[in-house]
Amino acid sequence: MSLLSALAKQKIDRELTKYPADQKQSACMSALAIAQDEHGWLSNELMDEVAQYLGMAPVAVYEVATFYNMYNLKPTGKHKVTVCTNLPCALSGGVDAAEYLKHKLGIDFRETTADGQFTLMEGECMGACGDAPVLLVNNKRMCSFMSKEKLDQLVEELKK
Amino acid sequence: MSALNYGPDAVILKGLTGENWRLKDYEQRDGYAALKKILKEGMKPEDVINEVKKSALRGRGGAGFPTGLKWSFMPRSFPGPKYLVCNSDEGEPGTFKDRDIIRYNPHILIEGMIIAGYAMGIGVGYNYIHGEIWADYERFEEALDEARKAGYLGKNILGTDFSFDLFAHHGYGAYICGEETALLESLEGKKGQPRFKPPFPASFGLYGKPTTINNTETFAAVPFIIREGGDAFLAQGKPNNGGTKIFSVSGHVNRPGNYEIKLGTPFAKLLELAGGMRGGKKLKGVIPGGSSMPVLTGEVMMATDMDYDSIAKAGSMLGSGAVIVMDEDTCMVRAAERLAYFYFEESCGQCTPCREGTGWLYRVIHRIEHGQGRPEDLDLLLNLADNIQGRTICALGDAAAMPVRAFVKTFRAEFEYHIEHKRCQVKTGGYSNAAEPLQMAAE
Ligand SMILES: Cc1cc2nc3c(=O)[nH]c(=O)nc-3n(C[C@H](O)[C@H](O)[C@H](O)COP(=O)(O)O)c2cc1C
Ligand code: FES
Repeated sequence: MSLLSALAKQKIDRELTKYPADQKQSACMSALAIAQDEHGWLSNELMDEVAQYLGMAPVAVYEVATFYNMYNLKPTGKHKVTVCTNLPCALSGGVDAAEYLKHKLGIDFRETTADGQFTLMEGECMGACGDAPVLLVNNKRMCSFMSKEKLDQLVEELKK
Repeated sequence: MSALNYGPDAVILKGLTGENWRLKDYEQRDGYAALKKILKEGMKPEDVINEVKKSALRGRGGAGFPTGLKWSFMPRSFPGPKYLVCNSDEGEPGTFKDRDIIRYNPHILIEGMIIAGYAMGIGVGYNYIHGEIWADYERFEEALDEARKAGYLGKNILGTDFSFDLFAHHGYGAYICGEETALLESLEGKKGQPRFKPPFPASFGLYGKPTTINNTETFAAVPFIIREGGDAFLAQGKPNNGGTKIFSVSGHVNRPGNYEIKLGTPFAKLLELAGGMRGGKKLKGVIPGGSSMPVLTGEVMMATDMDYDSIAKAGSMLGSGAVIVMDEDTCMVRAAERLAYFYFEESCGQCTPCREGTGWLYRVIHRIEHGQGRPEDLDLLLNLADNIQGRTICALGDAAAMPVRAFVKTFRAEFEYHIEHKRCQVKTGGYSNAAEPLQMAAE
């Protein structure tokens, strides 16, 4: 049985149109992101399927998945929240926002809440330092100017 | 929606509201006029490159290499494909300008890339976009669709025999992919480990073909240069430092954000545009060009103009144009510790001096910050920095070493105080009034 859905394959096919026909490997990063969006994390079986789909050696796919920070190599909570604590953000409350979330969720970085709802991660510069504090929800949704009130609202919204 | 405030001298970011990013809006701002001029007047590719040379445009990605010269390195009569790559992997801490170009003025980048393709006889381009700005990646894809439908991209652009297509590629969380050869590896679907140079990308680039890589802002400056002329661009700045430049101002200012100013504008003016110091505090230190560049004291900065040559003379580098402002209550040891951690975390691990050295830098500053520093640690840090810098395949090693050396040298007394007294001399002991925006935003 295929782990990748027909829709996921369609999306990967669209990525493949961007590259020369003999350079399918170029779509590896986007294919892994698409696979992760569907399954939440990248199991070996899932990565093997991506490898097969792109005609790559499985190890070449593992290499990519383990090199880039935004791939999840194990299951995470339903919402992975990555807070930027790099210096420019820290100067405008990035670390405070992270500490507030740790306290509120009762977890440290790289931990998941007991109910499986939230995983908290420490992030590096997201190229949005003017909007500090900033965080990412599940890699794709960026939230800016995260005051305590906005953090409270976000957590409430995601819990639903 | 009201205009976004990028300052009165903005060229690339002029007239933007945040909403008017679409093709029709861009055309109303003279968009694609430069491309039409080239194609209608049959301007020769060499003339395009000469215009860029005349403008004194220097790469906006960090190294400040003259763009026209870089373009002239591309082999003209190479048989087979050549590639054009845009570096939008903006990950240098403090830098957030390319993101505003992509989300608020994507077509200026597309037009700049098409013109570059024409000038160097390239048929295919890629824009490599930082993985963390997903919504902006999607917007760029939408803008590409618009450009394709309007005949600006694809086969026989505007009815001529010039063809060029452009695609978006996203990263997924690796600072090193901002380094141009790591970016090429990543674009080929591999781990982003920098390549040994030479060969340079102009002879062996993407898929082993001749390739030119420029930063987003570099390409975005091109339409103006062609439309108004290289001299007009140069006149915006000063000799050897042509044009306007977008500075991303972060840290302890009242209005963090992007400000596009003429190169050569005094730092004091930029600080004023950014609303001055938050809480009226005193300026202590500034990193003027992104986290990889040496930190300077507030006094030195207040006497410096914002251009490549002036900042170099003051002892740092303009880099990516990320200006990180720190006030009197910032602990410089803590600031240095956080940056050292970043380079340790992001070293690709390929070269021993960088892989091991960044860990050493971080651990030594960490122990100083945590009251366990030893008197010999400062010399150790400088020695480590010397043993990393210049000894690695790519410049990430230098990027880790330079800031540490500058923090230790410029704020040595603060490091010594930490070591001697096992605590911070700054009353906040950390990032100063960092918590204030949390409260301000909540009001
Ligand atoms: C560690 C490292 C990170 C870099 N990150 C970026 C980046 O995020 N964006 C960028 O344009 N250039 C970055 N550069 C510089 C590129 O290697 C390259 O010089 C630049 O993209 C060339 O474009 P330009 O000539 O238009 O500046 C980085 C370099 C190093 C060593
Ligand atoms: S430092 Fe946090 S987004 Fe740049």
